[in-house]
Amino acid sequence: MNQERKIRIVLGKPGLDGHDHGAKVVARALMEAGFEVIYTGLRQTPASIAKIAREHDADVVALSSMAGSHLDFCRKLKPMLEQSGLGNRLWIIGGNIPKADQEDLRALGFKGVFPSSSRLDDIVAFVEANVR
Amino acid sequence: MSDFKEAKPVVNESGIEIQTVYGPDDVERTGGTTMVGRPGEYPFTRGIHPLMYRKQPWTMRQYTGFGNAADTNQRFHYLIQNGQTGLNVAFDLPTQCGLDSDDPLAEGEVGRVGMAVDTLHDFEVAFDGVDLEKITVSLTINGAAPQLIAMYLAMAEKRGYDVKRLRGTAQNDILKEFIGRGTWIYPVGPSIRLVGDTIEYCAHHAPKYSPVSVCGYHIRESGADPAQEMAYAFCIARAYADEVVRRGLPIDEFAGRLSFNFNIFGNLFEQVAKFRAGRGLWASIMRDEYHATKPGSMWMRMIAGGGGGGLTLEQPEVNIVRGAYYALISALSGAQTMALCCYDEAYTIPSEYAQRISLRTMQLLIEEMGLTETVDPLGGSWYVETLTNQMRERMRAIIAETDANGGIVQQVASGEIQAGVSAQAYKMARAIENGGFRKVGVNCYRQEGEQYAEVELHPYRDDDARAQIASLDAVRGQRDAAAVSRALSALKSAASRGENVMPAMMDAVKAYASVGEITQELVEVYGRYQEPVRF
Repeated sequence: MNQERKIRIVLGKPGLDGHDHGAKVVARALMEAGFEVIYTGLRQTPASIAKIAREHDADVVALSSMAGSHLDFCRKLKPMLEQSGLGNRLWIIGGNIPKADQEDLRALGFKGVFPSSSRLDDIVAFVEANVR
Repeated sequence: MSDFKEAKPVVNESGIEIQTVYGPDDVERTGGTTMVGRPGEYPFTRGIHPLMYRKQPWTMRQYTGFGNAADTNQRFHYLIQNGQTGLNVAFDLPTQCGLDSDDPLAEGEVGRVGMAVDTLHDFEVAFDGVDLEKITVSLTINGAAPQLIAMYLAMAEKRGYDVKRLRGTAQNDILKEFIGRGTWIYPVGPSIRLVGDTIEYCAHHAPKYSPVSVCGYHIRESGADPAQEMAYAFCIARAYADEVVRRGLPIDEFAGRLSFNFNIFGNLFEQVAKFRAGRGLWASIMRDEYHATKPGSMWMRMIAGGGGGGLTLEQPEVNIVRGAYYALISALSGAQTMALCCYDEAYTIPSEYAQRISLRTMQLLIEEMGLTETVDPLGGSWYVETLTNQMRERMRAIIAETDANGGIVQQVASGEIQAGVSAQAYKMARAIENGGFRKVGVNCYRQEGEQYAEVELHPYRDDDARAQIASLDAVRGQRDAAAVSRALSALKSAASRGENVMPAMMDAVKAYASVGEITQELVEVYGRYQEPVRF
């Protein structure tokens, strides 16, 4: 990887959920920490997020989900990211994620799971520590 | 007052410096008492009715809906049995985005965050056994509001109600959906036009129905301060009023049915002053700018409560107490309708238990605390009157600034407002994180190791979604296909010709055309919104 290039994060809003307050706050925190952030906007499908992540050669694929459909979405997204050659990148997810779903999300490959009220600095530190 | 000079400066969220003590001079210095008046009289600062809650307490209207229409109907009856006096319907995201339950984009989202609606049939089931004259219904629907307003009117008509006398509300505030909440469908221009169509149609055919509830609520949730919340809502309400006036409908024919939806969290006095200031300001806008003459046209009627942005995931039981304070603020502020976010709402769709606690919270104020006895009980407090004057001036300044920068419609279309409130949301998130802005249980009085509380999660059943799709298929099989296709073409022609689409919309929903089918016709004429990604 080019040493000069900033770490690039594609931050997506999956599905029909319109709550983008948190996604935008996290995007700003990541940009302030020196990352390049490509925010997808609302209403993304698994295919559109995989496509945007591939086009930008994302180092990190991040999702923000507030409306409960995260598991279904991530199950569909996983093979698409893998087929796009992004299987070895860092995948993280945040939002309204019940405790019971955290392990399932980690098992799907979402290494970082950040439920609502997670600290911004913790998200930044996690990305710094885990991105390759 | 030199004794107080030593105190550390305090500034409220709206940017107004708060003094340690207030006196009559402060009221005078900030504009005096000319905007105070009497309840039920211009400028309505103290309340829109002379008797307020003595005549009728606020309507209690908890936000409810999940699964299919039958599931939701059951919860409606539970709430009504527990003393709720209105309904406030939550729709699932496919419905809100104008998609049918069998649309591939709806997969996994049918009935998840609200009730699934495809056709008139779902409305017939949802409101079965509900007396629509006693219980007024508010539909929390925006992008797909024309369809759902039409369904509501058609359902009521079918059940024998006189639509001319039917009361009820639709949220139908699309401009704020572009700022926060995000259930837009069409581009900004045609979206405003559709709001105009519903207002105009209701003014003629359902004159007691409130076709729009302009929401500062979600703008506040997106990061706006309390003064901006109300100022932006007024800018948006003016945009809708302009759209309708432009069509030649006199202001007094429809302004009385415009209503508002505001948020309550944060500083108690700032909230009370916000509502008192807002009532006077809205009345003056309607009278002086729009030349309204009927008092009803000048009333800022509102639902106030919610407070989702103030509730916390941490120590959720403490949200019960927060909700009680929000309800108190709402009652002190003269709200017409109240709804409270439930204590478990940071986790899940509220349980029956949580909903009942919210209802009881409001009932306590009515039955035990004396909140319905006296109108505007905080009026005359030097602090509250001074702050009311200052909040009104802040709102005026924000409105003037928005107008000077191209107006609300252009500023929403360009993403300017979104970028502004989102920057503020970030500042606030940082202030909460570093302890500069105190949140109990979050940055002080934390219970370490207890980020997640034990809360009963509302189950989501894939079977419900399959049943909903099967029900839609059954409706499609039974309806008169030729009548549906005629109604849909008529709707599309009306949209293409720039006519009011509501008469054709009524025919389409009565023929059991679906939300998604209707949306598709309109998208072909209007196109789809492209979000300006700015933050």
